Amino acid sequence: MADSFNFELVSPERLLVSGSVSSVVIPATEGEMTVMANHAPTMTTIKPGVATVTFADGKKDRYVVFGGFADILPTGCTLLAESAVHVDEIKSEDITRRIEATRAELEHASSDEHKFGIESYLAQLTTLQGTLLPA
Amino acid sequence: MPSLKDLKNRIASVKATQKITKAMKMVAAAKLRRAQEAAEAARPYSQRMSAVLANIAQAVGQDDSAPRLMTGTGKDQVHLLVVCTAERGLCGGFNSQIARLARDHTRKLLASGKTVKIICVGKKGFDILRREFASLIIDRVDLREVKRINFANADQVGRKVIGLFEKGEFDVCTLFYSEFKSVISQIPTALQLIPASAPAAVAETTGATAIYDYEPDAGAILGDLIPRNISVQIFRALLENVAGEMGAKMSAMDNATRNAGEMINKLTLNYNRQRQAQITKELIEIISGAEAL
Repeated sequence: MADSFNFELVSPERLLVSGSVSSVVIPATEGEMTVMANHAPTMTTIKPGVATVTFADGKKDRYVVFGGFADILPTGCTLLAESAVHVDEIKSEDITRRIEATRAELEHASSDEHKFGIESYLAQLTTLQGTLLPA
Repeated sequence: MPSLKDLKNRIASVKATQKITKAMKMVAAAKLRRAQEAAEAARPYSQRMSAVLANIAQAVGQDDSAPRLMTGTGKDQVHLLVVCTAERGLCGGFNSQIARLARDHTRKLLASGKTVKIICVGKKGFDILRREFASLIIDRVDLREVKRINFANADQVGRKVIGLFEKGEFDVCTLFYSEFKSVISQIPTALQLIPASAPAAVAETTGATAIYDYEPDAGAILGDLIPRNISVQIFRALLENVAGEMGAKMSAMDNATRNAGEMINKLTLNYNRQRQAQITKELIEIISGAEAL
């Protein structure tokens, strides 16, 4: 049995999760990563995706997060999400609306760099939609 | 001297007003509780955010790779003021306090030859500042339709500010809002957003700062973090404002209800006195009429 550590999921509106967990899967920008106890101190940005939390008592929970970053220390992990919702409460319209907003932004993007950023964000959103909708 | 009927009407109208102010006070109290909860719920995020920011700023240091949002443009010629006020009045001196602070600041800047641009968040601040600085107001954000302020509202303002900064429209950005101390005291505050003032948390973290791995690199994270931090600061300001507005409204309405009560007492006394006088007068007329017979 793996050691447990403290995990907190915070969005600007509220604190969603705070407790002892054995592992967390974070959708980091450079690929998904699993955080377990005694992880090396890491700071990473996250992309829109699903974070899977396994609590110390073996219970599992999944949260949809939209961008943000994670602060990982050997003793604990904090996920600061721009917006986070429990996977059961997410509505497909929410994602669709975000996708539309991002598309509209893409039309107004001026520099190539900016455009590239938005396009990859859009791709991440679409992937997220794909993974969530059949469920 | 107003007639009996006039007095009666006035008492009725003051009573009606009192009912309204009492109801408004109750509504404000309920909303205040919710606003306070929201402000408290938002606190962990902004605390973590500033801790992380302090940490990462230390790692990146003051070299040239630090984003311009943090270091500023190196000038302070053009100032942008973001003035956050309430959408509605009837909350005592709440809006005018914020507006006054912004106005004094603007005057001082103008006197020293700087250029000032103003963005108004909330209708009341716009109404007040428009009288004097109509030409300086470049934009206004209306949150009238918003029932509960969420992060997206703040992010919208934040993006606007960052967009302007990237176009080189201003050098220094200051946020004006009211800090919620308690129900009876809200302190109008000016907070510099750009360039970001050095995080104060550095002192606490000395020695204990872990050596982080950054993914992607520290500069990229910082570049992502600072715009977000600006939105978070605005979000916090908006939440504090809502709590402050409701607190101010509650005490203003409490005062109004009490004043109305006093007024009703006075008017009722006056009314009764006149009624008594009327009765006495009529009695005298009857008695003197009987005596004359």
